[in-house]
Amino acid sequence: MSFDTVLQYGHLLLEGSWLTIKLSGLALLIGAFCAMPMSVARSSDRRWLSLPVRVYISFFRGTPMLAQLFLIYYGAGQYRHELQVLNLWWLFRDPFYCALITFALNTTAYQAELLRGGIQGVPRGEIEAAKAYGMSTWLRYRLIVLPHAYRIAFPALGNEVILLLKGSAIASVVTLFDLMGQTRTIFAKTFDFSIYLWAALLYLVITMLIVRVWRRLEDRLNPHLRRRAVQRSSTPAVAVAPTE
Amino acid sequence: MDNLSLLAFGSDGWGDELLSGLLVTIQLAITTLPLGLLIGFAVAGASLSSHPWLRRIGRGYTTAARGIPELLTLFLVYNGIAMLLNGVWRWIDAEAGFVELSPFIAGVIALSVVFGAFSGEVLRGAFQALDRGQIEAGQAIGLSRWDLFRFIKLPQIWRFALPGLGNLWVNLLKDTALVSIIALNDLLRMTNIAVGATKKPFTFFLLACAAYWLLSILSEVVLAQLEARANRGIRRA
Repeated sequence: MSFDTVLQYGHLLLEGSWLTIKLSGLALLIGAFCAMPMSVARSSDRRWLSLPVRVYISFFRGTPMLAQLFLIYYGAGQYRHELQVLNLWWLFRDPFYCALITFALNTTAYQAELLRGGIQGVPRGEIEAAKAYGMSTWLRYRLIVLPHAYRIAFPALGNEVILLLKGSAIASVVTLFDLMGQTRTIFAKTFDFSIYLWAALLYLVITMLIVRVWRRLEDRLNPHLRRRAVQRSSTPAVAVAPTE
Repeated sequence: MDNLSLLAFGSDGWGDELLSGLLVTIQLAITTLPLGLLIGFAVAGASLSSHPWLRRIGRGYTTAARGIPELLTLFLVYNGIAMLLNGVWRWIDAEAGFVELSPFIAGVIALSVVFGAFSGEVLRGAFQALDRGQIEAGQAIGLSRWDLFRFIKLPQIWRFALPGLGNLWVNLLKDTALVSIIALNDLLRMTNIAVGATKKPFTFFLLACAAYWLLSILSEVVLAQLEARANRGIRRA
């Protein structure tokens, strides 16, 4: 294996990695923002509130993200005129925004479902205690339910970060030069197979860094578990994440 | 032409083309499943082996195959195996032309590699959840290794692993869409072709999404029944 190709094109791979991180990071943030109210609606007893959210989550989790990306990126063209009237065409004409919208919609569904699991995992006693104190619903969610739900869902949310980062490789299909896109272009130019291996290595490095950071954050979030966490440090905190 | 006649069968509509794509998608997933499970069992066995180097191979494989994007794995397999095949081919016959790997086979291999890594972890968890006492009891009454596996381990591994494997199956169905990128005529690619001819991207991609959604929902219904059946006789907490 020669290093010529990676020395010549390595900077492009790093540029691509940056786009990959930017794209999935932004989508994850937007998703985190939207998922919170959605998970509350999803765990509501009112059917008119929980049913639309259930359908939304089921759709985005039950269809390939690539098909969703095509639906938004190419599908918008069918309603070009209407979008131009609404002054939204600039958004759907740009592959970066289309990928961002798709990834954000997709990860919102996954995060909302994970957070719902967290909300369900909050012990009944805590909620009853909050009610006994006379807390309003808003206050109860803000101070009792959601903080605990986030702690419960935290490792699973870490998995979602990694899954979205990997999934974002499809951005290359709509002409974006993320890590995958750069890799494909370099391969098309050089036919040097080793570039795929370098790209794989970069993806592995990024996911491992995420696993590290996430474990730190989890430790921060659960100060009451810290002493026990030292004893159990051999068990991976993030289940799907690569083990070391 | 209105939307309904776009979906007619025959030379005018796209119904038969889309249906043939859907069948390829299902074929791809069903062909991958046993191969992926086989890799999964091998990986679980390696990860739980008493040989340190086998454990290392198992762990290295799971880490790599789960940390790399599915799309990159697909390209690694598609281009890698094609180059390997051509190298061997040239070595045998220097005049040989370029052979291309069928996208279906490349898809099956790449998806099996991914499914094998994830199912390996699920199966490892299931193996570890087995009750030691039951295995000892089986040994005590003199069951052979194979009978022990067949009558005591396997039914319970199935029960423990089913929810995880069910999730992986739905993921597999969705990941098949990636193979359309290397020109396999699956549902998504046939949809792409229909879009190119009709200029109705939103209608057709929505339809493709609906088809995938239906497959996912159907799978979930079947899996719920399988789970209920696997858990019969287990007292619920």
